[in-house]
Amino acid sequence: MQIVPRDFDLMFGALADATRRDIVRRAIDGEEGVAELADHYPMSFAAVQKHIAVLERAGLVTKERIGRRKIVRTNLESLGVARRLLDQYEAQWRGRIDRMTELVTKNPKENDE
Amino acid sequence: MTVTAVHKDPAGLTMTLTAEFDASPERVWQLWADPRQLERWWGPPTYPATFTKHDLASGSRVEYHMTGPEGDQPRGYWDVLETDPPRRLVYRDGFANDDGTPNDALPRNEGRVTIEEIGGGRTRMSIESIFPSAEAMEQVLAMGMEEGLKQAVGQIDAILAEEKVAQA
Repeated sequence: MQIVPRDFDLMFGALADATRRDIVRRAIDGEEGVAELADHYPMSFAAVQKHIAVLERAGLVTKERIGRRKIVRTNLESLGVARRLLDQYEAQWRGRIDRMTELVTKNPKENDE
Repeated sequence: MTVTAVHKDPAGLTMTLTAEFDASPERVWQLWADPRQLERWWGPPTYPATFTKHDLASGSRVEYHMTGPEGDQPRGYWDVLETDPPRRLVYRDGFANDDGTPNDALPRNEGRVTIEEIGGGRTRMSIESIFPSAEAMEQVLAMGMEEGLKQAVGQIDAILAEEKVAQA
């Protein structure tokens, strides 16, 4: 059963870096361009540009041209997909815990089957 | 509520779940160590598990299959990496071919189970699941989708939004 897009690893790979996660946070408002974002980090403009390109390829941010500026905006929907995947896994384990609880409650002694 | 805490780290592909039981650590361990009990909780009622080979000694391989509503029988196995009854179990859960051999093409996830007494006849169990990739999660989820989806929405969005406010 296919529940997530194939390029999902790309997304998690992109989120595995602290600078990129910070860019994703800042870009939620979608107010800053590449140049403004680059000012927040002690690294070269080119390095920040590279991080943004990784995020873009992973579908986590989009760039939008407004006048002479290129605004970077976080794609909230793709973040939600990552979250949902873990939520489903949680639901699976919650189901298991419920069944375990039932078993120990019904059969409080070991090997009482 | 027996589940007392859940911590999900989407960037680190890890989920840690903690639960408490009105039972001794030995009783909780039995849920893992007795294959007939394990079968009653590992798979959901719509996708029950059958353990055909079961030994939790470190270095052993456990073999099982699930049976789906349409008669499909995906096979899985655990490689037991660490055992310390009734406190600790570490296993790698993978998919297997029809002949029971590990399917290396499909990803595996590691489960780290810790069981401890917390007094008053109660026991805490925590399960840490670590995925090598998002694809691994996808495969594991495909086997247990019948659990129904929890409708917790965009928690990442909320966390990111909160941190954004805190920074401002």
